[in-house]
Amino acid sequence: MFISKLARAGAQLLIKESNIGRYLISRTRLLQGSSRRPFQPGTHFFSTSDDKVHEEGIDQKDKISVTFVDKDGEEKHIKVPIGMSMLEAAHENDIELEGACEGSLACSTCHVIVMDMEHYNKLEDPTDEENDMLDLAFGLTETSRLGCQVIAKPELDGLRLALPVATRNFAVDGFVPKPH
Amino acid sequence: MSIFHAKRAIERSFSTLCRRNPLRVCVVGSGPAGFYTAERMLKAHDRAEVDMIERLPTPFGLVRYGVAPDHPETKIVINQFSRVALNERCSFFGNVNLGSSVSLSELREIYHVVVLAYGAESDRTLGVLGEVCSGIHSAREFVWWYNGHPDCSNMSPDLKSTDTAIVLGQGNVALDVARILLRPTTELATTDIAEHALISLQNSSIRKVCLVGRRGPVQAACTAKELREILGLSTIFIIQEEIKNSRIQRRVYELLCKAATSRPPQPLSGQRELHFIFFRRPDCFLASDCGGKVKGVRLEKTYLKARSSHLTNWLYLCRLVLKSIGYRSVPVEGLPFDDSRGVVPNINGRVLSDKQHNIIENGLYVTGWLKRGPTGIIATNLYDAEETVASISEDLEGVLADDSNSPRPGRDGLLQLLDSRSVQYVPFKGWEEIDLKEKSIGAIKNKPREKITSWEELLRAANT
Repeated sequence: MFISKLARAGAQLLIKESNIGRYLISRTRLLQGSSRRPFQPGTHFFSTSDDKVHEEGIDQKDKISVTFVDKDGEEKHIKVPIGMSMLEAAHENDIELEGACEGSLACSTCHVIVMDMEHYNKLEDPTDEENDMLDLAFGLTETSRLGCQVIAKPELDGLRLALPVATRNFAVDGFVPKPH
Repeated sequence: MSIFHAKRAIERSFSTLCRRNPLRVCVVGSGPAGFYTAERMLKAHDRAEVDMIERLPTPFGLVRYGVAPDHPETKIVINQFSRVALNERCSFFGNVNLGSSVSLSELREIYHVVVLAYGAESDRTLGVLGEVCSGIHSAREFVWWYNGHPDCSNMSPDLKSTDTAIVLGQGNVALDVARILLRPTTELATTDIAEHALISLQNSSIRKVCLVGRRGPVQAACTAKELREILGLSTIFIIQEEIKNSRIQRRVYELLCKAATSRPPQPLSGQRELHFIFFRRPDCFLASDCGGKVKGVRLEKTYLKARSSHLTNWLYLCRLVLKSIGYRSVPVEGLPFDDSRGVVPNINGRVLSDKQHNIIENGLYVTGWLKRGPTGIIATNLYDAEETVASISEDLEGVLADDSNSPRPGRDGLLQLLDSRSVQYVPFKGWEEIDLKEKSIGAIKNKPREKITSWEELLRAANT
């Protein structure tokens, strides 16, 4: 029992180390203006057990508040560390946002709708590649983005994201079979 | 601590209770439609036990055998599907064919709920003269061939006796096959393309691919991603017409215009060519004198609006024609089928035995291409599965409420049947063996995997 606790503590220490490293890398990339950052499944910038440490150690400003509004209109408020994508943030907080291609810009399953223009305008414009995928998203709106491409930054504090409603008549929503 | 233990104990006893009277679900087909359905069923119903049966020894359907080898990112979804297959309430049975290994009526006896998600394994036909000439293939067969599908590994399309290939159709599958024909083989060599296809493409003499569409660029069925990709590869000549309307069409059109105007008017020597031919439809195929091999396609001009002017014909010489005009589902015995649309008649996934009177086949559902026809992307199946699972959930409260509480044999019944017919099924563990072997052979060649392309070898690798 004691040994396993000790091992767990050690493992957490290791995770913390690597998290900070990754966090710094992601910030540098952000500064370079690259918004295409592959999402790494199973790796976490901050695990939940680390949150306390960071809240104490690092300034609270390094996280922004984000609200996800799900298909039934229910709201979930989360804190997202700067540099983290909304896809990762959703997965860390058990929000049901699909990520079929795991953030490699090859699908549209992490489609989110930015709920106000003000925040939408603070995002960098979508790349051609992101637009190509948004073309195929269900329930596309003027303020639709891919969750994997929206990266937390201070200006986005208070961001509200809606998960598109999977309507029953999705077949008419841009997917009318083409006559041959 | 004690509260935690108590909670665990309650959870455990609850799950045993569930397991004592499980909801037996069978999903036929293990492509995106099948896996998304299994995932949604497991999530929505704690007492659901899902068995997936699959004709091939390998899971993942078109993610493995449809997605082009140079699109590895699109295949990442396999990770998610594998997690579903490894769920303790989910089992995979490869090498089990609906029809010959087990019949639909048997499955409906054994399981409370049967969801058909076996897609479309055949092709639409053009119905024009000469369609049976050799050298004319469906794009599906060609895709299966380069993706190492065990049913098409012996196809060996002739890429050596011609410099021109005509692809009929301008959807994403048409762009995929054109890209594979034109892309430098050095770039394909590091993908999971089948070895036989790579060798054949390395020796290919094809320099020009013509994509023929009945209508204009605005009506083109492809999406911007695939178009952007192929335009990055080759020289292109296009005819432009029409105006843009929807978002996808506008962006596809803009890409084509840009490519047509920004490139030198003549192809550089040695450069391969991609021609977009709009407003033409195949009128007939011409056979060469010897052996009935195709030597050309005659195209006829089409108009967006009906016109009474007489037709002009163009003859394009070629020795290879790939028809990329759509897949088509195949019915099985005992399944209502709409022959004209090539789908199973249904309301939100509930199979209808009588379309006119909306009579529903209790406990039988459909999803994916078999439900809505062969269009859309992988994610389309997610929404499709959600709709079908919502119907199932509704019925479990309604018409299936009594029936789903009386036990059905489920997995044990299936295993008994398979055993009595000496069907050697491939469990998910068997696929993991295949996967491991393919990856280790691939590693030697700097490929993500080297696909095993014959039935015998697949079954051997699966250790069944």
